[in-house]
Amino acid sequence: MKRLANLPTGILLFILLFVIIFPFAGLPLYFTHTIILIFIWGAVTTAWSYMGRFWMISLCHGAWVGIAAYITVLLFNFYHLSPWVGMWLGLLAVAIAAGVIGYACFRFGLVGHYFAVTTLVVTELVALVIIAFRDITEGRLGITVKPLGTAPLYFQFESKVPFYFMALGLLLLSLYIWRKIDQSKMQKALTAIEEDEVAAASIGINVVRNKTTVAVVSAVIAGMGGVVYAQYIMYLNPVTTIAIGASLAYVFMAIVGGMFTLWGPLIGAIIITGLQEYIRITFGTVLMGWAWVGYGFIIVVMIIFLPKGLYGTLIETLHKRRMQKAARESATP
Amino acid sequence: MLEVHSVSKYFGGLGALKEVDLRVNEGEFVGLIGPNGSGKTTLFNVLTGVLKPTSGKITFMGHDIIGLIPDKICHLGIARTFQIPRPFKTMSVVENVMLGVMFGGRYSTRSGEDARQEALRCLDNIGMKVTEATMPGELGVAGLRRLELGRALATRPKLLLLDEVISGLNAEEISEATSVLKRIKDEMGITIIWVEHIMGPLMNLVERVIVLDYGEVIAEGTTSEVSRDERVIEAYLGAE
Repeated sequence: MKRLANLPTGILLFILLFVIIFPFAGLPLYFTHTIILIFIWGAVTTAWSYMGRFWMISLCHGAWVGIAAYITVLLFNFYHLSPWVGMWLGLLAVAIAAGVIGYACFRFGLVGHYFAVTTLVVTELVALVIIAFRDITEGRLGITVKPLGTAPLYFQFESKVPFYFMALGLLLLSLYIWRKIDQSKMQKALTAIEEDEVAAASIGINVVRNKTTVAVVSAVIAGMGGVVYAQYIMYLNPVTTIAIGASLAYVFMAIVGGMFTLWGPLIGAIIITGLQEYIRITFGTVLMGWAWVGYGFIIVVMIIFLPKGLYGTLIETLHKRRMQKAARESATP
Repeated sequence: MLEVHSVSKYFGGLGALKEVDLRVNEGEFVGLIGPNGSGKTTLFNVLTGVLKPTSGKITFMGHDIIGLIPDKICHLGIARTFQIPRPFKTMSVVENVMLGVMFGGRYSTRSGEDARQEALRCLDNIGMKVTEATMPGELGVAGLRRLELGRALATRPKLLLLDEVISGLNAEEISEATSVLKRIKDEMGITIIWVEHIMGPLMNLVERVIVLDYGEVIAEGTTSEVSRDERVIEAYLGAE
């Protein structure tokens, strides 16, 4: 399974080359825009799956995205603090919040549905706080980053290209950390914890520390996604970036792509973001609202029939076929 | 080595352990017996940090271990097996034991190949013959109990708590298992507390017996002393 999670190096290099040339290929800006969103959501969803693959289903990644983004933007709008500096404070806040909530949940043994519901409450709470402090955050209307034109020192660019590469860098970082965790002792510890916390603890595995660590790492990477998103779009809205809908989107992406593989979450981000954009552009003005019913329907069907996700199922099928072939060859020498 | 001072554990109004006092010396092989519901497993859960006692004091090799989390206690050198085997089912038998090797010791930094070798040695030590690909699901009761034992031993304990390691086994498997226990005690020098319902093998092997009934220690001594004790007979067979 581990080897199959990697694409062959040749294909990988080709994709990388393609990805680097892409923004200079003179394609419509809209394509570049969609790709940037895919990179950002791909990074966040991959980070979500650090936890998700061990069945820690977090419904508050929207909150981590939002907290980091809002703090960065508010510090800039009010104190003219460069987002390059402000983002670290935002990420620190996310790390602390995720650490406290993670520790509290794991210390008291909240697993499965209980954990998911608790994180759901966190998401709604964060969204409601932002809405409530509307004098500062502009509430439901959403906040706009004060535009400076192109100001690299303030993380603002008129061109999409810098954002494209930042989002790509973030995505690669997120995938890299996935691999690092996968190859670490922590992966073994978390697999054991997922199966049986009591047995895992009895052989010396620190349940709370392992789970909290992975939750904090996951939240911080999601927060980075939030910062890049805010600077790119220049607008944040508590309902669309934080609340349940946004938080669930990451879960959908991970599930649709396949949350147990390295590339699954990214592929899920490609499918869902692509689907959202396609539906919005094609049917958005014609069938108002019905487009989203179709979107929901497609997701439900995929969850029921492909619980391991598109990529996960594909990998599994290929693996099975290869095993069968090997078995047949060894049977008939 | 292990000292338990008037430890009580109440679940609401129900006293699972009442003012339990006991002491285990280094190198001892102690049997812990008692009728169903007498608090044996609760005592193990308290000793390993799974449950926090309502009151009392427990010291292990000079450390106060009350309030420590289970993995800390494991690192101090107490390992246990579970009455109902709890293997990690998605991992092979060898991988199960490897986890004990990798996480059991306090300064355990072993990884990969090193841990695998140690796990194989550990399985070999307890006479468990499996391939690298054997999954826990393929094992019978005897195999699962043996795996529990192997995984616990892999953490390099000083004190081993065994919770019914021979129940459900046939006569041949029992004699195999008891010879393994003897080896663990004699060759590895590990102190053992053994909870068991099957009296024969236990009485043959242990040096001292502690009897629990309704959460209280009602008798303590050599096997012959205990089997003559009136309160023990009463607890097991009922009063005349």
